[in-house]
Amino acid sequence: MDCLLIEVRRACDAEKARVAGRLVRFPKPFRIAMRLVADTLACDRGGRRVFSDLSLSLASGRALVVRGPNGVGKSSLLRVIAGLVQPAAGQLAVEDGLPEHSVGEHCHYFGHQDALKPAMSVLENLTFWTRFVQPAPLPGDRGPVAPEAALEHLGILHTAHLPAAYLSAGQRRRLSLARLMVTLRPIWLLDEPTSALDSASEETLTGLMRDHLAAGGMILAATHQDLDLPDVASLRLERAA
Amino acid sequence: MSGWVWALFLRELRLSVRVGGGALIGVLFFLAVITVIPFGVGPDLNLLALIGPAVLWIGALLATLLGLDRLFQADRDDGSLDLMLMAGRPLELLVLVKCAAHWLGTGLPLVIAAPVLSIFLNLEPLAVGAVTLTLLAGTPALTLIGAIGAALTVSLRRGGLLLAVLVIPFSIPVLIFGVSAAGAVTREPAPFLTPFLFLCALSLIALVVGPVASALALRFSSD
Repeated sequence: MDCLLIEVRRACDAEKARVAGRLVRFPKPFRIAMRLVADTLACDRGGRRVFSDLSLSLASGRALVVRGPNGVGKSSLLRVIAGLVQPAAGQLAVEDGLPEHSVGEHCHYFGHQDALKPAMSVLENLTFWTRFVQPAPLPGDRGPVAPEAALEHLGILHTAHLPAAYLSAGQRRRLSLARLMVTLRPIWLLDEPTSALDSASEETLTGLMRDHLAAGGMILAATHQDLDLPDVASLRLERAA
Repeated sequence: MSGWVWALFLRELRLSVRVGGGALIGVLFFLAVITVIPFGVGPDLNLLALIGPAVLWIGALLATLLGLDRLFQADRDDGSLDLMLMAGRPLELLVLVKCAAHWLGTGLPLVIAAPVLSIFLNLEPLAVGAVTLTLLAGTPALTLIGAIGAALTVSLRRGGLLLAVLVIPFSIPVLIFGVSAAGAVTREPAPFLTPFLFLCALSLIALVVGPVASALALRFSSD
């Protein structure tokens, strides 16, 4: 048991409440009530306990920033929620979520890898994910964005017919980000979302995140940077002594 | 439901025929193996005609194995596999569609190339037909069985050799029935239909077992 969740605090609160592995509920109700709840999660990677006894609750319209030093299990937490890593213990559920969708099927995962095929054009890459990923729309959601419109919003429409191999790192990142716009899913899991993005793209990303929260979505971001979002809660993972 | 199947199928097919895809590699390897055999065996036409069907089958088996290691690994390396696992689509069907596209990209060219390459091996027209027909019925089984190995070795760097070691024992029955059906035409009293039907049965079994087993292996691969 190397690591423990030792602190959960709300950034907007003046006082920093210290809670150890306790369920933290955010009181403000939202228009569309959906709630991601993790209860005493534990995760093992390579036979080593990465974190244990981690509980959290995230309601519609809320963002949670996961912080902590390298290797403390931020990415593992996101991958557990995405359903890509089986938790060693604990429960994970989406309350009032869509029926017949697993937790992972409520989520968009925006990780370190861009999931792009260099041999296919930018538009082919995006169109594939648009058609392939099953949407999990919130009731009363504004419809999904068309692939071309998403590319235009992110400023890479001029590369639409270029093979993805010719994109720069930042452009690849933006194309990967476009996936989140073309298929509606309520929970965004963002792992270092601002890496390789310039400041203009970072602002676009912040705008997208604001829109997503305003529409009743949820965001879990593992990042070292401060996100300019309203009412962000923060979860700090630290190494147990 | 058909929308995503078609989208995935087109994507896989595109990737296999474009730069870095494996479609041409398999058939070129097949060509290389078959052209080398007459030089190694020598100009004994009767002997070549006798071993021809077996050589074509072994060549097709090796050429199929050559491209299989990238079936899931390419998607794992760039993170696509994670997204596919989260996409909410039945994984068994996903594997089946990928296998179908992979076979169309790499297996079918082998079947089409076989009659041409048969000329090198002095096969008579009837034997050429038999070899082509058995390859058409048998290569899907090789792809589907290979998919299990590809799914099991997906997380291993350079898992291609391990894949071959894992898959070859299970593809031996396909090889036996394929060769005995293809060779039956030249060896007069031997029946063609019995081994051919066994070959078809093996393909049908692989059609069921392959996707289910591969999906199971992929579910546990991401850890």
